[in-house]
Amino acid sequence: MFEKKELRELVIQGGVYMTQYSRKFEERVSWEAPDENKLYSFIPGTIIDIFVKPKQKVKEGETLLLLEAMKMQNQVRMPFDGEIVQIHVKKNEVIPNRYLMVEIKPKK
Amino acid sequence: MSLRSNVLDLRKRRKEVQMGGGEKAMEKQAKMGKLNARERILALLDKNSFHEYDLFVEHSAKDFGMESKVLHGDGVIIGTGTINGKPICIFAQDFTVEGGSLGLMHARKITKIMDHALKMRVPLIGINDSGGARIQEGVNSLAGYGEIFFRNTLASGVIPQISVILGPCAGGAVYSPALTDFVFVVENISKMFITGPSVIKSVLGEEISMEELGGARVHAEITGNAHFYATTELECFEQIKTLISYIPRSNAKKAAAYPPKAPLKGKKIEEIVPVDPRIPYDMRDVIKTLTDGSEFLEVMEHFAPNIIIGFGRLDGETTGFVANQPMVLAGVLDCDSSDKAARFIRYCDAFNIPIVTLEDLPGYLPGVDQEHAGVIRHGAKILYAYSEATVPKVTVILRKAYGGGYIAMNSRHLRADFVFAWPTAEIAVMGPEGAANIIFRKEIAEAENPDEMRQQKIKEYKEKFANPYVAASQGYIDEVIEPKETRSRILHAMKVSENKSVYLPSKKHGIPPF
Repeated sequence: MFEKKELRELVIQGGVYMTQYSRKFEERVSWEAPDENKLYSFIPGTIIDIFVKPKQKVKEGETLLLLEAMKMQNQVRMPFDGEIVQIHVKKNEVIPNRYLMVEIKPKK
Repeated sequence: MSLRSNVLDLRKRRKEVQMGGGEKAMEKQAKMGKLNARERILALLDKNSFHEYDLFVEHSAKDFGMESKVLHGDGVIIGTGTINGKPICIFAQDFTVEGGSLGLMHARKITKIMDHALKMRVPLIGINDSGGARIQEGVNSLAGYGEIFFRNTLASGVIPQISVILGPCAGGAVYSPALTDFVFVVENISKMFITGPSVIKSVLGEEISMEELGGARVHAEITGNAHFYATTELECFEQIKTLISYIPRSNAKKAAAYPPKAPLKGKKIEEIVPVDPRIPYDMRDVIKTLTDGSEFLEVMEHFAPNIIIGFGRLDGETTGFVANQPMVLAGVLDCDSSDKAARFIRYCDAFNIPIVTLEDLPGYLPGVDQEHAGVIRHGAKILYAYSEATVPKVTVILRKAYGGGYIAMNSRHLRADFVFAWPTAEIAVMGPEGAANIIFRKEIAEAENPDEMRQQKIKEYKEKFANPYVAASQGYIDEVIEPKETRSRILHAMKVSENKSVYLPSKKHGIPPF
């Protein structure tokens, strides 16, 4: 069954209102500015191969790893010339969506 | 053979088919806490009113061993009957027969009763309890679904269509309920999803239970796919009966009028609503001071609870209510509440049900999640729905009516027929706090004591604009009324709007933002 909720504050255009929060409002994901040095999975799937190692220099467009999802092998590519900082996934690992796979940094 | 032996033979045949999937399957169904298809129909319809058709239909599949299988009624019961004396058409999938799976003849039975319902202009009720497509029948079962969806669409806005999910309803099958007007779900029994937990797990690695993925509560609270939530099947049937009492048989009729009743004596309307616009109250209490017998059938109670929609009666006539709920999220409009209200407004308009709008909202919900979820196009739905609706439309502004929210909630500008405001109404571009901060930004910043200056400016703004009289001076509000006059004013407004007739430009159909 559905439980009763407590009153909390909600600010709308400077006005402070006492009100209950809905479940969806409470569960909303707060937005973060994208960090171009962090590569997240865009779909849940399996890492089927990793082609790079930490500290390796990589050119823009080079394939870093393969993420298989929905029977498709997705190539995760380097977005700019740079270097691999850290790899957070292993071969054959099953990862959820929005999972941090690789950290990179641009060429100086 | 005598007539008597013929009749006895018929009785024997009927009895056999009526056993559905047989005793064992029936027991299994009961063990899952579910009634069987026939029990459900009998529990829902008026006593002795059910008349069945196509009892002896059999499948004609020949592959994968189907040729030797006997499936009684091909897993679905169809017929006509009455609820509260009003005629309806009904089908109920029988899970005890091959899991209620949908094959060609099963689908043909359903489309036959749908065609009847549309032709006879009576409501259609579908009870869904099916494992999905009958895989052995291949593309024929897909064709069957398609034929059902097409008829759901054809009948939409012509006859009321009600879907009752009393078991699994998975894959493509869910789109029939989604196309209908009202979906009923029952705790622990209803399961709706496009892809089930096992597929999600094997393909995507996400683990979730069936209940959490597509159970009754999820659809009532999170997805907005369900309109009514019950804890038992019998409670669900009572909800359906109540709903049927409020709606007309078809779009060519008005809902049946009931003997007028006064609202129950209880807390007075002016005692429910606090004068301070920041203090919440339960808008449902307000609605119940207005409706006959204080009766109110809330639709989608748990989804987007910051707006309330539902049916009540005014002087015996069915009326749709759309009301902001200050108790939840201060009653803001957002993606979900706009979507919820817009569809309800269109329902009322299609079925000749006048609409009362009760307004008390601080505007739209701010947030990146809202903007990115498309609050622009979702919010536009409510503007579209009100503008397009030609049924009588009456608005009462209780307290806040700020900004876009003021326009959206059936304002004069969207062709409300009557707009009333309480003396506590604040009709303005935004609340005093926000407005003062913008208009007097310079004065506040340059003041010796900015906070003091801000409070003073807020007070000034409040005195000047936080009232209904500026809008009333422009004729945007028809009358400022005392709270206790609310019901009598609405009743009169509805009375004089009975023969409302407006002409819209002729078109094939509009293109609402969905």
